[in-house]
Amino acid sequence: MPSLFYLKRIHMPAYSLQINGETHKVNTEASTPLLWVLREHLALTGTKFGCGLGQCGACTVHLDGQPIRSCTMPVSSLAEDQEIKTIEGLSSKGLHPLQEAWIEEQVPQCGYCQSGQIMQAAALLEQNSKPSREEIVSHMNGNLCRCGTYTRIVKAIERASGTAS
Amino acid sequence: MEKSSNNISRRNFIAAAGGVTLAITAYALYPTLSGKKREIDPSELSEEKVNAWVHLRNDGQITIYNPASEMGQGSMTALPVILAEELDANWDQVKIETAPINVETYGFKAFGNRKVMINVGSRTVMGYFDALRQAGAQARYILLHSVAQHWSVPIQELSTAPSLVQHEASGRKMTYGEIVDILTVPETIPEIPTSDLKNPADFRLIGKEIARYDIPAKVDGTAQFAMDIQVPDMHYGILERGKMHGAKPSLTNAAEIQALEGIIAIVPFEYAIGIVATTLEKALAAKTKLAIDWDQNVAAQGHDSQEDLEQYLSMADASSDGKVLHSVGDVRAALQKGEKQYAAVYKNDYIYHAQMEPLNAIAAVAADGQSAEIWAGTQNPGSIAPTVAKELGIEADQVKLNLCYLGGGLGRRSTSDYIIESVKLSQSAGKPVKLIWTREDDLQYGMYRPLSLQKLEAATDSEGQIVALNHCIVGDGSNLLASGARNEFYNIPNQAIDLRLAKNGIRIKHWRAVGHGPNKFAIESFIDEIAVDQGQDPLDIRRALMKSSPRALATLEKAADMANWSSPPAEGRARGIAFGERSGALCTGICEISVNEATGKIRVHHFWSAVDAGTIVQPDNVKAQMEGGIIMGMSSVFCEQLTIKNGEIQQSNFHDYPILRIEDAPESIEIAMMPSTDAPKGIGEASTPVVAGAIANAFTALTGKRLRHLPFSPARVREALLS
Repeated sequence: MPSLFYLKRIHMPAYSLQINGETHKVNTEASTPLLWVLREHLALTGTKFGCGLGQCGACTVHLDGQPIRSCTMPVSSLAEDQEIKTIEGLSSKGLHPLQEAWIEEQVPQCGYCQSGQIMQAAALLEQNSKPSREEIVSHMNGNLCRCGTYTRIVKAIERASGTAS
Repeated sequence: MEKSSNNISRRNFIAAAGGVTLAITAYALYPTLSGKKREIDPSELSEEKVNAWVHLRNDGQITIYNPASEMGQGSMTALPVILAEELDANWDQVKIETAPINVETYGFKAFGNRKVMINVGSRTVMGYFDALRQAGAQARYILLHSVAQHWSVPIQELSTAPSLVQHEASGRKMTYGEIVDILTVPETIPEIPTSDLKNPADFRLIGKEIARYDIPAKVDGTAQFAMDIQVPDMHYGILERGKMHGAKPSLTNAAEIQALEGIIAIVPFEYAIGIVATTLEKALAAKTKLAIDWDQNVAAQGHDSQEDLEQYLSMADASSDGKVLHSVGDVRAALQKGEKQYAAVYKNDYIYHAQMEPLNAIAAVAADGQSAEIWAGTQNPGSIAPTVAKELGIEADQVKLNLCYLGGGLGRRSTSDYIIESVKLSQSAGKPVKLIWTREDDLQYGMYRPLSLQKLEAATDSEGQIVALNHCIVGDGSNLLASGARNEFYNIPNQAIDLRLAKNGIRIKHWRAVGHGPNKFAIESFIDEIAVDQGQDPLDIRRALMKSSPRALATLEKAADMANWSSPPAEGRARGIAFGERSGALCTGICEISVNEATGKIRVHHFWSAVDAGTIVQPDNVKAQMEGGIIMGMSSVFCEQLTIKNGEIQQSNFHDYPILRIEDAPESIEIAMMPSTDAPKGIGEASTPVVAGAIANAFTALTGKRLRHLPFSPARVREALLS
């Protein structure tokens, strides 16, 4: 039986992905969400599984700079030259200003949603370096936090963007 | 066996430790936790006994073992802070590691006099406070003793500064790291009397702003939750469970499933069909292809949550009392004798934990079935080895639990259903298996805060004082329903609680603050209803009720000050107040709201809360817990409703079971902590119970209408406005 599995597996489609500046090859079904590719195939486990329906934002990564929900993004829909960035690749050197602000404001509690929160916030600051409070809230509204760290998330984004009152 | 020579044991120990790391408290502290003379034969020391609370290394690094699950409550930092305070450690040199799962060494006494490693009911910091102060003080004593011997000076002439022993008379100093090489463990370690512990005024760590140890790993994605663990040859497990709790499956297409690529095992459970596959996507795909006939001849069949709430009302109205849980005075006589009688009914729908990390666990059962290794996030680490061992028919010491960060506990992760499932899958497949519950699994086979109804009756005397209060609770779940119904801080001479039980066959469980949520909602709303009828200010009526409870009253006055209660809020807004106690902490909350009458949406603009939680170990973390408790409370008040029709759960994911989003968080939350040197109290659930009452009371202040059924969904708000 194992050899049979092996034969079948090598017939699975192969995908080439650009993740955090590196090329990764994976063999999986076309419908496999990017989330499972990142987490289970490539062990990039900073990106989290929360709902599988794009409802909670725990799986947020950047696709060509845009925040996307990796749990609803089939691997086959990604082009080879599209750049995927995960929390592991958010900052090439040291901490991203948002990560520093997150520590300063002591945002996380259980921490499970926080990679997604930070990736979502990072995409905002790339487009809008001085967002208003309303813009922050509107941009972050798709990311759930059960521990209730919302007020600190707002403060941390304001701190990182220099708009803290 | 008693050993008199330090040298033998010390030499053995250093050798075992490789000569670099010295576990000063290893054989020193462990036995003295029972207050007895050292009695351990070093040759019998096992790894776990050696690894007691603190290790000191000769470069000065101090490793402190955290015995608690970290699920976001922050005690991973708070507990080592307590020990480090009495040890007089330099916090910058402290490293925190998870303690081995050994209840005898690392448990605390709870639930009678039993030692446990369990993190429930906000008990962790209060449960360990005394023991960790003692452990820290004893570790410090050993250091002082060693230096006294080394310098041949009386121990009384020595003092400590952060990670330093000093002899003032001669000006000599020795760092804790340097002491490692001259350490002598005294024959007996005295129990340090409370009077010799630090004066709270001298605390350098307790009550100061110390960053949480776990946060850096939680901002860069490196924190390891069980969901993130991968082990060699790991396979993936999934279960398909019924929409009706307890329904029994018959799989009708086993051959078809077995033939799918990558399927390793089909594992029948009494209530589910399990699949083990080579990859997660294959396991998930197989789950959707299962053809299962469900035998729904189970207790949950026929249960309709909203219809049965009506049934609860007739149970509450029945003349005979249920089980009387508590009674002072003569509540029935006092109700009749009173000048004016009041009665009101409050209702609570089922709600779900919705911890952000869906349940999951990795189990690796050995091929011979005689040992197992588990990776899981659990609130009940002490129970896992015995529970898994029982399942496998082996000894508990053959099971190793690797405790991971919990992506939320909230009461759901104190049971081990998901861990046992992973063990069965691994056993059947003969492979290490990572079991993942999808969000749908987590929600539909959840364990909910039970559906409940509270009927409150009261009477006032000629001066408008409440002289009698009867609190009748109807629902399924006994203790889950009863917590928080008592009023120990309100001076009401005649009180009783009676519980009338239903049986619905639905899985129910502790949900942050347990019965305190529904019961404080009922009590605090009811007191407000009486105040409104009597023309009393909601603050004043509580002041009068708390006249014999100065600590509670202090939180009331503080919160009122913070909210500027005596000044009217802006046009279109109103404030509401509520009080509650939970796990020893006393909390008053005040909110300021507005209502969009067209949409029925209530907005909380500000929330102020004052809490007396005894000694505050980590002030910023206490604030964070209070803030989070308020936001989770708001989520339950505005968004959360799980409904059941003919025994089947009607919701499945966050699209139809929404939880509060950032746009609905208050603009500000202000927390005040009352100064106290009392022992710490629980803070993880302190604020949640006051939220519903405060919002309901603010709604009445704003609109003159009353909301008596949680959640206050827009539809219910509009209905109330039209009433």
